[in-house]
Amino acid sequence: MIRLVQAPFDPGEALGEFCRDRTETGAVASFTGLARAENGRTDILELEAYPGFTEREIARHEAAARERFGLQDTLILHRTGPISPGEAIVFVAAAAPHRRAAFEACDFLMDYLKSRAPFWKKETGPDGARWIEPTERDRDDLARWETQ
Amino acid sequence: MARVLLFGRLADLAGWRERDIPAASLAALRGILAAEDPALFEALQAPAVRTAVDQELVNLDVALRPDSEVAFLPPMSGG
Repeated sequence: MIRLVQAPFDPGEALGEFCRDRTETGAVASFTGLARAENGRTDILELEAYPGFTEREIARHEAAARERFGLQDTLILHRTGPISPGEAIVFVAAAAPHRRAAFEACDFLMDYLKSRAPFWKKETGPDGARWIEPTERDRDDLARWETQ
Repeated sequence: MARVLLFGRLADLAGWRERDIPAASLAALRGILAAEDPALFEALQAPAVRTAVDQELVNLDVALRPDSEVAFLPPMSGG
């Protein structure tokens, strides 16, 4: 399931909720991405989505991850709007019978979210505002999954 | 007529995020934008900028209906 959320969320609560009542899962891995202050260069981060399109594009990759890693369930929470340093931007959790699939699915989903998911990210700080686009590193990270 | 949406740095560049523009095709829409805002038109031509019509990515010219929604999407980055 993918949910875009405007308000700050508690990743611990999301993980607790995701783990509840699972008697056949065995492994839940999760990843939480936090907004960085960049040593004072960023006061606020703003994330823009394309409502409808963004959820559907992410859902396609979520389905691909479930198939590829044999997952039982996934949860993606992604903030939109203004985000302060220290707040969670993204939370990804994967449930599988065994740990390897759960770990790898979180890694796979995050690589996709960083460089392909329909979000636009702007950092604003003392030196003004700048749009953040995927780095070479982000693209290389994603390419790892294409050769396997 | 089409509802045109700009995202990310494209909206900052153009100074608007959403407008109705009378155009019968994507090519006609690009022509209108080229005439009124050459800087925006040039930015839209970048290979990294994707185009979606009615929330589906398109690569070629397509006809637009009066209620079509056209979105220009600069490079995306989440997380």
